[in-house]
Amino acid sequence: MTPSITNPIGDFIRNLIPIPEVSYLINAILCICGICAVAFGSAIILVYMERKVCAHVQCRLGPMRLGFHGCIQTVADTLKLLFKEVYAPDGADKILFYMAPMVLLTAPFMCLAMIPFGPTLQVADISVAVPLIIAVNGFGILGILLGGWASNNKYSLLGSLRSGAQMISYEISFALILLFIVMLSGSASLRGITLSQTGTIADWWIIKAPVIGFIAFIMFLISSTAELNRAPFDIAEAEQELTGGYHTEYNGTAFAMFYLAEYINLVTTSSLATVCFLGGFLPPCIGIASVDSILNLVPGVIWFFGKVLVMIWIYMMLRWTYVRPRVDQLMSLEWKFLLPVNLLLLVLGALFISFGWIIK
Amino acid sequence: MNEFFAPPGFKEPFRDTNSEEFFVNMGPQHPSTHGALRLELRLDGETIIEVVPHFGYIHRGLEKQAESGTYLQYIHLSDRQDYLNAIQNNLGVCLALEKGMNVGIPERGEYIRVMMAELGRIASHLVFYGCFGGDLGGQTPLIYGFKEREMIHDIFDEQTGSRLTTNFFRPGGSRNDVTDTFIPRVKAFLEHLKPTMEDYETLLSKNLIVLERTKGVGVLTKEEALSFGCSGPVARASGVNYDVRKNDPYGIYDTFDFNVPVRYTGDNYDRYLVRIEEIHQSMKILEQCIARFPASGPWRSKEKPVRLAPGSYYAATETAKGLYATYIVAVSGDKPYRIHTRGPSFANLAALNTMVKGHKVSDIVSVMATLDPVIPEIDR
Amino acid sequence: MKIEEKISHREYIRRYFKRILQSVSFIKGLSVTVRYFFEPSRIVTEQYPENKKTLKMYPRFRGRLEMIEDEHGENKCTACAICERACPNGTINVLATKDIAGKKVLGRYLYRLDTCTQCGLCVEACPFGAIRMNQDFELARTSREGFEMILNRKEGRG
Repeated sequence: MTPSITNPIGDFIRNLIPIPEVSYLINAILCICGICAVAFGSAIILVYMERKVCAHVQCRLGPMRLGFHGCIQTVADTLKLLFKEVYAPDGADKILFYMAPMVLLTAPFMCLAMIPFGPTLQVADISVAVPLIIAVNGFGILGILLGGWASNNKYSLLGSLRSGAQMISYEISFALILLFIVMLSGSASLRGITLSQTGTIADWWIIKAPVIGFIAFIMFLISSTAELNRAPFDIAEAEQELTGGYHTEYNGTAFAMFYLAEYINLVTTSSLATVCFLGGFLPPCIGIASVDSILNLVPGVIWFFGKVLVMIWIYMMLRWTYVRPRVDQLMSLEWKFLLPVNLLLLVLGALFISFGWIIK
Repeated sequence: MNEFFAPPGFKEPFRDTNSEEFFVNMGPQHPSTHGALRLELRLDGETIIEVVPHFGYIHRGLEKQAESGTYLQYIHLSDRQDYLNAIQNNLGVCLALEKGMNVGIPERGEYIRVMMAELGRIASHLVFYGCFGGDLGGQTPLIYGFKEREMIHDIFDEQTGSRLTTNFFRPGGSRNDVTDTFIPRVKAFLEHLKPTMEDYETLLSKNLIVLERTKGVGVLTKEEALSFGCSGPVARASGVNYDVRKNDPYGIYDTFDFNVPVRYTGDNYDRYLVRIEEIHQSMKILEQCIARFPASGPWRSKEKPVRLAPGSYYAATETAKGLYATYIVAVSGDKPYRIHTRGPSFANLAALNTMVKGHKVSDIVSVMATLDPVIPEIDR
Repeated sequence: MKIEEKISHREYIRRYFKRILQSVSFIKGLSVTVRYFFEPSRIVTEQYPENKKTLKMYPRFRGRLEMIEDEHGENKCTACAICERACPNGTINVLATKDIAGKKVLGRYLYRLDTCTQCGLCVEACPFGAIRMNQDFELARTSREGFEMILNRKEGRG
């Protein structure tokens, strides 16, 4: 029952309690609490950060009244949502209606369990992590489709079908980019991908594979923005013409769960981008020994969350800069542009590895 | 059942029983219809077959109210028609009154009129920019457009007393003189707007998503534009080279050196480009005005009681939306017998049906954004 | 009806690559917003109830009507009711009385805030300069009774 990566806290518990099953159980509960802390804590920070980033891009201030510069605004919003009445519309399938947000929330939590936050901070180090993440993303799609279907509202169904089709299409390029990284780094476990980028900053996959690494990063940005149903690909929730989206009929705690799922998904996808392209928990060493020794002193968790913050900022800037394409243009972007380029990237990646053009 | 029931107003013939036509209402409360406008769509799946607009939700009876009040009282009612550049509406009414009263305007008054009108035009086109970006899905251009308008609002607030419903022009000139801070403020505004407009054009004009969504969408040919009576940027984007300031000039517009942008394809992108270019041309006119502004002088000719000789008087101006004209019928006394305002948005909106036939539902929103109607001007 | 135009294969490929080249516009658009994000000097928001002490309207701002009263509380109104005729909405009601000498003076100057459109025609029309529009912009009231106001404190002098 000893895990492959040991953690000081895990070792402490195992030494404290001699029975291996009980210590395993306690460690598991501690892991769950840690993941929940990361998820909910970052969701609260992200809601506030989104509003502030949006405001500063638009030359205004954002929330300023509650707390210092509005920092407890999210708490107030969450309390308001929790106090609202939750009811299913007449004729809706009640079991599916209340189950849909819960199904939607399982995907990001499962993904968070596989991400290496630090050199010894990972809940599960699975050797097939990347295919498992791609498979689990299906729960996200299922949750949206269930929410639209169970609402007994023609327009919710149309909106959820549209966004379901969008997510299924962009999942393909999402998976192909992850497979590209797996091919380059030679291992499908996220810890292996991170450790294949050890060295200096030029060893991160975004720089190490010249040109194609950067193109792959841009493709990942586009396809993951569409996976997350965020602007500029947010036809589901910002549909102004006819439909209201899959979460029209939800309010109160169920709506809070949809909202939460969006932001936790954002953290998960940014973490994936960090692990795959930006070196995970590794510090950005330059090669000069004195600077590197200072950089190595900072724990890997700090580097990881710093990079995740930069990625989240990039996603937010993309949201507030661009306008929305039309539905058919969105689909043709994926099938006619992203998919062929991804296949081309795979071929080029194989070429680069076999000819040894990776920067060593 | 072989009968086909269509709500009144739809003219396309019924095609066949196998088509999946249905009617949808984009109701008067809608975030992207620029006011309280109800659009009934006849759809085949996602494609539009016909659109019938229903308006009248903001009908307040302004023209009827004009008959029971004096001429001066109609000026403040005209503010509320095209509220995005209310000052140009005041100008339209005053021009018709001056034709009836046969008064002239002193030189400083003329310059004040041109400067205020051009500021109003820039303000209205900034709202167009904001709503264009906002309807396409970007919240940021919306806020940017309205943010730039705030400087113009400050200028109007300081000179006329109100940000939006200005009630400033009177027959013979304007109500008050402009203060000493007017010219410095306009200069500061122009200096601020030049680099900012470059930024805003970078944000939207060449953006690939905007080009994909607006090029080739909502095409209005020159013959159709003329047959509907479209005017303003809608007509000029379709090739109709008519601008009241150049073809039938009023005031001192014939002494300024400016171009009138005309484009020939008539799609959404052309209408957008015409309006952005008009902002630049208005800035050019404002610079020439600042250089030639008379340092002192009367701003209003001698005040006379407003009584028109019996007859009918007509004056047309070029507001930001198109050809705005006022027609006054005077019989006796100081109350008009009838005042009619020709709002340009009425004719522009009539062209909506031909522009969106065959497009998808998402295109209605972008076509409405570039048509830029103001519903209170239609309903009055 | 819009007909889907048929374009040749060469034209299709040409448009495909042209669109790829046009995607440079995304970087330019992003540069504008990133620049605005890092320039806090561009912020235009005014924090309203917190800045009430320094908030001043322009002198010509048309708030609501008020009667000009000098230090003894005397006004200049002669109850000629030209303002009542100039108002388009019937907002003003000049109620005249007779003073001790039998002359017509101002009794009560009734002004209804809810029908006033703040156009300022009454101020323009007054030949004695007895009324003006003040800078008051917080005009919301919680009940309808607050909207009927008597603007003069003393009877007029004629």
